[in-house]
Amino acid sequence: MKCQKKKYRRRGDRRSTMSAEVPEAASAEEQKEMEDKVTSPEKAEEAKLKARYPHLGQKPGGSDFLRKRLQKGQKYFDSGDYNMAKAKMKNKQLPAAAPDKTEVTGDYIPTPQDLPQRKPSLVASKLAG
Amino acid sequence: MAGAGGGGCPAGGNDFQWCFSQVKGAVDEDVAEADIISTVEFNYSGDLLATGDKGGRVVIFQREQENKGRAHSRGEYNVYSTFQSHEPEFDYLKSLEIEEKINKIRWLPQQNAAHFLLSTNDKTIKLWKISERDKRAEGYNLKDEDGRLRDPFRITALRVPILKPMDLMVEASPRRIFANAHTYHINSISVNSDHETYLSADDLRINLWHLEITDRSFNIVDIKPANMEELTEVITAAEFHPHQCNVLVYSSSKGTIRLCDMRSSALCDRHAKFFEEPEDPSSRSFFSEIISSISDVKFSHNGRYMMTRDYLSVKVWDLNMEGRPVETHQVHEYLRSKLCSLYENDCIFDKFECCWNGSDSAIMTGSYNNFFRMFDRNTRRDVTLEASRENSKPRASLKPRKVCTGGKRKKDEISVDSLDFNKKILHTAWHPMESIIAVAATNNLYIFQDKIN
Repeated sequence: MKCQKKKYRRRGDRRSTMSAEVPEAASAEEQKEMEDKVTSPEKAEEAKLKARYPHLGQKPGGSDFLRKRLQKGQKYFDSGDYNMAKAKMKNKQLPAAAPDKTEVTGDYIPTPQDLPQRKPSLVASKLAG
Repeated sequence: MAGAGGGGCPAGGNDFQWCFSQVKGAVDEDVAEADIISTVEFNYSGDLLATGDKGGRVVIFQREQENKGRAHSRGEYNVYSTFQSHEPEFDYLKSLEIEEKINKIRWLPQQNAAHFLLSTNDKTIKLWKISERDKRAEGYNLKDEDGRLRDPFRITALRVPILKPMDLMVEASPRRIFANAHTYHINSISVNSDHETYLSADDLRINLWHLEITDRSFNIVDIKPANMEELTEVITAAEFHPHQCNVLVYSSSKGTIRLCDMRSSALCDRHAKFFEEPEDPSSRSFFSEIISSISDVKFSHNGRYMMTRDYLSVKVWDLNMEGRPVETHQVHEYLRSKLCSLYENDCIFDKFECCWNGSDSAIMTGSYNNFFRMFDRNTRRDVTLEASRENSKPRASLKPRKVCTGGKRKKDEISVDSLDFNKKILHTAWHPMESIIAVAATNNLYIFQDKIN
């Protein structure tokens, strides 16, 4: 599947460590699941997903997922924290964020460089060209 | 009443024969984010076609008059006006970045020589006036032709300025700015049939505005729970009924639609009708709720039906029957066995729109790989077409496309695994009266016309 991940929809729990265990001998429940896989492609896909991310929450449409959606556009930068951290570190560099980090939490202090510059589009639309 | 899934029946009889007409936009492979088209909308007469993009710009195309002597000119759309509607903003109080992306454009019915449209981003709705100027006054008393003010003491005679023709200039000016009424992100706007009011909907609330009043808005639907931990669904789309000015519908992320009557109470938290298709609990999976989320809801022109788009299908509902849809059309059922990957790459959250044709006899919606699907409600036939530069010879007929799901791939078929999920057609529009369609493929706008036209 060729498709880029959209950063504002990334969920922390999908990045959790994956279990390397192989399922044991099928119980009655698992047998039914295997039957479902044959009849329902959707359930087969669900099984695939659960195998890859065993810690995935039970309710995808639940409040965590929706609240993430409602928080789109949130950017975190505190000039006080930033300047205090800079003063403490003196000449040293502030720890840079990992390149793919999109959510800023924990000990990491966001720097102005992390906030993408938003400038209005000064170029005319190519549709009008 | 289920329509055939994924199949492509060749057009015949009363079916359309779609042909390429025009394509707008750059050809380069590298698409700038700002150029991605985010909304497409014909005006009430179909003479104007507006597009909005992620860069906050609006481009309006106008249909040329057909009697220009050129036999083959079947009313082409050319640029009429373009302007920057919204700019990126930062809400410092909430540390919230506000995108300039145009989420929706809705035209107002034309009442005089000027054209009006509403455009919205996540937070602010603007009313734009697009007017033509083809005359210029010459011979002012107080200023020279180049605009410099004349010394009033040097003026010895008065003259009457004369109106002289000039090259047509189309001006767009913001007449109203409706701001600060939405805590969450606006997903829909809809002009009321009374032509005086309109609604704007975000994830949790719907507001009613008067077109003349920008400092006040009435909240008519509020589904925000007292405790946000209890949040289970959000509003995904909303629309006013085309004729009944008191009726509106809104769809949810759980696949339900509520119809509200504004006459019953000021706050329409209690619905008048609740549309939901019963689900077989044994078929429920992790993906069920996500793929049932409705991404678009549209009333039919005659006001008797409404259409909803969820991830895999389009459903037509009779407003008098809440229990189940009267028609279900599969858009790309073959994706059901790819849901795991589509969840991982976020494509499962793509919001496809849908539209009716002028007579409500056909419906259209987009898919992946620059495919789009059309369903004829009378003949029950459906077809898959592709918007691509390869089929872009003038008046070239579009060949129906077919996606192969099984092992044996026939010639001309494309296998599910070869589909390009970056090429998504989320926005399409159908001319209100004629067989002309506009299809937005990322940064390109395709216009197709029916051969019989």
